[in-house]
Amino acid sequence: MNAIKFLFAAYIATWLIHGIYLGTLVRRFSRLRQQLKELQKK
Amino acid sequence: MKYLFPILSVLTAILLAYALYEALVVAPTDAQQGDVYRIIYYHVPSAWTAFLLFFINFIASIQYLVNSKPAAKAAMKWIVIAIGVGGVIASFLPPVQKLLPTGMRPSAVATTVLLIPIFYFLVGKFFPGDRLDMLALTTAEVGVVFCTIVLVTGPIWARPVWGIWWAPGDIRLTSTLVLWLIYVSYLVLRRFSSSAQTQLLAAALAVFGALDVPLVYFSIWFFRTQHPQPVIGGGGSMDPRMLHVLLISWLAFLCFAFLVCWSRFRLELLHREIEEAHAMESLAGPGVAAKASLPLTRSLP
Repeated sequence: MNAIKFLFAAYIATWLIHGIYLGTLVRRFSRLRQQLKELQKK
Repeated sequence: MKYLFPILSVLTAILLAYALYEALVVAPTDAQQGDVYRIIYYHVPSAWTAFLLFFINFIASIQYLVNSKPAAKAAMKWIVIAIGVGGVIASFLPPVQKLLPTGMRPSAVATTVLLIPIFYFLVGKFFPGDRLDMLALTTAEVGVVFCTIVLVTGPIWARPVWGIWWAPGDIRLTSTLVLWLIYVSYLVLRRFSSSAQTQLLAAALAVFGALDVPLVYFSIWFFRTQHPQPVIGGGGSMDPRMLHVLLISWLAFLCFAFLVCWSRFRLELLHREIEEAHAMESLAGPGVAAKASLPLTRSLP
């Protein structure tokens, strides 16, 4: 039963890492979108 | 083309969900380790994906380096062909086979060697000029994410099976950690260096960093290690049903990595376009530069 905790911990950790990285990509995209808008305004 | 990314994303999500179902429900329980062995369905595909991404990074970095000198570019083309042809022939010669570690199949060696010219020419064809550098950056960054998963899930598996989180001094574990550190330093260099030579320096670092990949992979054969034997390429044995699930899981992670790399590549493309527009703006004045240099239609996914 205890081993199951490790199994789920590994799977959750995997998707947590992917989620954090995808989050940084989305954040960087939004920042660039903002810069793009500013450039278009000029 | 506009809907290609969303369609592939949906298909990948379905494939990942199917791989998860196969890993947790369909794959048989291991007689010795119980259910905790199912961690390999995330750990091993992540490792393979990280290796593949670092390999592409290596190829892109070499091409970026040799492209700066035409003579080196022509020479490298023939060197790569020689490596491919020579490597495949050599791997089937009896004297070379004797040198291979026990359990390693010559066909696995030949396939791996053959990937070098295939990737070299594909990368050169589809990523000309500065895009090679962008591909190298993309694959290094996504590779580090997958390598991080390997380093996190490995100890989580080791704790209940070995009784320890980490085996200090174990060559497989240490070389993987070193590999991760090399590529983290590569990303740090790319992020914080403002020198005009950053791309060349990073490419040189990546070429030497990639040399750690074979060390990680082959360390199981050449050194005493606690790490289990590989399941593909020789050495270890695995239930065919488990292998089937492992390959499905790898396919799902490969598709996922491809989509993440695609997004990251487009992000880098947009970033460089905006930087270029800013640079032109400072030279030609506001407005003109931004409109002239930004192909806005392809800027966002």
